Amino acid sequence: MNGFEAPTIEYGQLAPLLLVFGAACIGVLVEAFAPRYLRKSIQVPLSLLSLIGAFALVIVQVARGGVPTTASAMGAVAVDGPSLFIWGVILVLSLGAVLMVNDDGHFVASAAAVPGSADEEEAETSGGAHTEVYPLVLFAVGGMLLFAASHDLLVMFVALEVMSLPLYLLCGLARRRRLLSQEASLKYFLLGAFSSAFFLYGMAMIYGYAGTVSLPGISQAMSTGSLMDPLLLLGFSLLGVGLLFKIGAAPFHAWKPDVYQGAPTPITALMASGTLVAAMGAVLRVFWVALGNLDWDWRPVMWVVAALTMIVGAILAITQTDIKRMLAYSSIAHAGFLLIGVMATFEAAEKNAASLSAILFYLLVYGFTTVGAFAVVTMVRDPGGEAGHLSRWAGLGKRSPLLAGVFAFFLLAFAGIPLTSGFFGKYAVFAAAVSSGTQTGDSMGAWMTGLVVVGVIASAIAAFFYVRVIVLMFFSEPAADGPTVVAPSMGTAVVIGVALLVTVGVGLFPQPALDIANQAASGLFIR
Amino acid sequence: MDPVKITDYVGTGVIGVSWLMIALPLLGAAILLVLGRITNKWGHLLGVAMSLASFVVAVLGFVELLGLSEDARRQAVHLYEFIPGMVDMGLLIDPLSLSFALLITGVGSLIHIYSIGYMSHDPDRRRFFAYLNLFVAAMLLLVLSDNYVGLFIGWEGVGLASYLLIGFWQFKPSAAVAAKKAFIVNRVGDFGLLVGMFIIWTSFGTLAFGDLQGKVGEASSGTLTAIGLLLLLGACGKSAQLPLQSWLLDAMEGPTPVSALIHAATMVTAGVYLVVRSGAFFEASSTASLVVTIVGVATLLAGAIIGCAKDDIKKGLAGSTMSQIGYMMLGAGLGPAGYAFAIAHLIAHGFFKADMFLGAGSVMHAMNDEVDMRKYGGLRKLMPITFATFMVGYLAIIGFPFLSGFYTKDGIMETAMEHGQWMGWLAVLGAGITGFYMSRMIFMTFFGEKRWDKDAHPHESPSVMTVPLILLSLGSIGLGYYLISDNRFMKFLAPAVGLPERLPEFHLFSTTTVGLSSLALVALGAGFAWYKYGKSEVPVLAPRGSFLTVFARRDLYGDALNESLFMRPGQWLTRIAVFFDNRGVDGLVNGLAAAIGGTSGRMRRLQTGFARTYALSILFGAALLAGALLLVGNI
Repeated sequence: MNGFEAPTIEYGQLAPLLLVFGAACIGVLVEAFAPRYLRKSIQVPLSLLSLIGAFALVIVQVARGGVPTTASAMGAVAVDGPSLFIWGVILVLSLGAVLMVNDDGHFVASAAAVPGSADEEEAETSGGAHTEVYPLVLFAVGGMLLFAASHDLLVMFVALEVMSLPLYLLCGLARRRRLLSQEASLKYFLLGAFSSAFFLYGMAMIYGYAGTVSLPGISQAMSTGSLMDPLLLLGFSLLGVGLLFKIGAAPFHAWKPDVYQGAPTPITALMASGTLVAAMGAVLRVFWVALGNLDWDWRPVMWVVAALTMIVGAILAITQTDIKRMLAYSSIAHAGFLLIGVMATFEAAEKNAASLSAILFYLLVYGFTTVGAFAVVTMVRDPGGEAGHLSRWAGLGKRSPLLAGVFAFFLLAFAGIPLTSGFFGKYAVFAAAVSSGTQTGDSMGAWMTGLVVVGVIASAIAAFFYVRVIVLMFFSEPAADGPTVVAPSMGTAVVIGVALLVTVGVGLFPQPALDIANQAASGLFIR
Repeated sequence: MDPVKITDYVGTGVIGVSWLMIALPLLGAAILLVLGRITNKWGHLLGVAMSLASFVVAVLGFVELLGLSEDARRQAVHLYEFIPGMVDMGLLIDPLSLSFALLITGVGSLIHIYSIGYMSHDPDRRRFFAYLNLFVAAMLLLVLSDNYVGLFIGWEGVGLASYLLIGFWQFKPSAAVAAKKAFIVNRVGDFGLLVGMFIIWTSFGTLAFGDLQGKVGEASSGTLTAIGLLLLLGACGKSAQLPLQSWLLDAMEGPTPVSALIHAATMVTAGVYLVVRSGAFFEASSTASLVVTIVGVATLLAGAIIGCAKDDIKKGLAGSTMSQIGYMMLGAGLGPAGYAFAIAHLIAHGFFKADMFLGAGSVMHAMNDEVDMRKYGGLRKLMPITFATFMVGYLAIIGFPFLSGFYTKDGIMETAMEHGQWMGWLAVLGAGITGFYMSRMIFMTFFGEKRWDKDAHPHESPSVMTVPLILLSLGSIGLGYYLISDNRFMKFLAPAVGLPERLPEFHLFSTTTVGLSSLALVALGAGFAWYKYGKSEVPVLAPRGSFLTVFARRDLYGDALNESLFMRPGQWLTRIAVFFDNRGVDGLVNGLAAAIGGTSGRMRRLQTGFARTYALSILFGAALLAGALLLVGNI
């Protein structure tokens, strides 16, 4: 018996992660010890500074050229090019979400008070607020960072839970329509726990097959063992369910509209951008590092999942009457577009880099547009809270042309109209898929092209409901008692401004962003 | 000599930052539009400054280009990859593009300055300058881009700016209608350009001018003719050539500086630029280049005839613009021998036409925005500067010896005569008609009796308006001689468009048949105009006129033709289409839409809101996934 060896941990490489988690812990201590009136003025700069600091650390690491080629922390975390790119994106997007969280009026005064009770009224009039929101967001962000970079399944599972648990809670904290919010929270928790169980079970089976939970270890085991072992195939499919649930692929998407609608909008923005980015990172890593050898088995299945996801997202969005639900289905459709890119990543190594960079680029542009769109949603308000119903948005273009114009621009970017960033995102993913299909010349080539055709059709259907909102805003008569557009706080204005800048800027000059994505993807994942 | 090879710019000079030319006015437009009313006080100054700064960059770039050896005078400045693997955005700095850039920014800046005075009473002056800056930026992108995609973006940009500016006074229904008409007619041309680009892309696999060099011969002659004709269709739309000419006369609803800048000096010449820039396609297809010359000749006559009958001073000038662009188009269809004359005429025209348009604006400014020349008369004494500068423009356009138009137009007519007697003589005839209608304008406006409305108190315009007039008229005097003597401009353009095998001889005063007969016809036309409008009294109300006058007054029945040939059948077609659409296609489309909507509605029911149902769907999904994987894995 050699005794327990102290693990070696590369603190420098993990610094962004540690900073965010550290700040979150400090946030909890603040909640415990600081007087109530001081908390917000401590929490806000704490979370903003930690996110900015973590982003700066990522930049420093990239600038020093210190992208490691081996996994850190005893093979638990992989800080490679894609990880750093995804970290950067998540940190900036969550910074946007925190700026929106900072606005008054999104979160309940006292979450424990029964909706509609005297307690609630008292808490509201006394101006109470849950400053716990900030450390919760930081924990969720830390979980996202770790989720995208975990190098073994056990760490990935822990990260999944660290990311999800705070989000379950945050979903239930909406100030308005609290019952809807609490319902969303509970549903998300139940279904999330259910899918986590799948993930865990799949992991156990894979461990049974491979004898290890490390991703390259699994790949190693597969190169010597049988690929037809039911333990492997079953384990893999269950693991896939857990991951596909998080990105909201059909048929595991049912939670998305309910949760997106019920959650406070800043949290919806965080989930729609940050969680999706992190989960895509994890999906890519598992499928590419651990299960690359199995691609002949999972590709037909993934083909169906991707096609179904795009179609379900696009078709169901048509009949939605709530703006947040519509954006939720739109997010499902976009998850499907991203899955096309995942399908394309399994050819020769240089092809991999091309399609990997396409996905990273897509995540970047989609994330910014999403945060911007939800930020706009927070500004259009009825007396009872945000004006969710689409009929309330009629004629908004006449009342506040600037805001409606910005929102219309985001919608066009979602639809992938040229001169917006969304066009280049879709173009990059579709082009990568077609070229990976045609250049290998195997039977999968035609199928890849077919999938892109499905993607284009889904985009066409999706364009309908995006444009319908634009028509509604600009060509309908405004309702007499229409919603008011509140003046944006500094934070929300910055979020919308930056999102617009990225959406326009990348739409006109995609090259710099493409270059960064290419560079991040060039080293591929650590294996 | 063929055009020289386009090389990538590697220096560190101004050419490397020539994108500033586009970026500065674009920034100006953005600032003025985004900041809105805050900039009302100084917005016009910012607009002028941006345009002037752009001019300075153009001049510096020009100086640097002159310093390069002749075979290095085509520099491509790479900016960024626009559509990965397909289009790189970049600028092409060569004598052709810089000639345009200098004209656009130079004349553009003068018109910006003039507009400070002209628009001083307009509450929306800032918005006006924003659009002007937008136009300058788009036009520069059009001429500086090193590929057809950038050119097309600029092309659409100037179309947008033109639309916004024609309809600037949108409270006037006529202005709104004219803006719409310009936009729609231009769509037809844009369609041609776009399809032409598609064919270029499929035939050559590139849209960059540099990559296309020397490749043109690879395509079949049928393809080349198709490309040529489609590009010409685009050129006809933007340059108001037959059969897409009808929008230009209506476009005069815009403020006068707009007419001068966009609808006389710069944008309408974009078609000529396109034809010259795509010269390789036209040189390779004799059919396409013949059609270019036919369009040019037909338009130069049609524009001149229309100009004869218009009583609205701006519409008269618009007819003349059509006619002069017809000359340029004719020159552009004649190959390398004609290019230099066409572009030289274009530049000279940019000066004297802008001069006359701004002069007309100055007159209108003085006469309570009256545009009917029958209500002018005898203005020369009250507006001496306007009169003198207008006279210079007038003499330049009719080709009075030694002034600008004399040399540039003569060059086109001589070259045309060498190519074919018929086009040469028709061009000479056009010059004669020009002599008539321009003289008519002069006599009706500045000479004769006062026929003013009672409340008109004409006065000379402020110096912010007259100084640009003076500068423009100076250009109208000497520019033609400078460009044409010793074939200076032809040699300068040679790296970009090539040289003809035989250089034309230059005469200070040419005594060829063409030169003398055109002078004689111009004198005849001017004399006839004096007889009708100088010597005898001009009736304040237009007489009914002969069949020919009515024909010309109605724009040669262009609108009637459009209406009966395209609009009415188009309306019928749409009605029939709507009928069938409702019965047949809609059944299908609506069926499809209903199917999708219905599917959506049915699928929506799966979204019950019960967590247990969702969990069940996850379970089913997992079972399917596992089953499918086991199945596929064991094949």
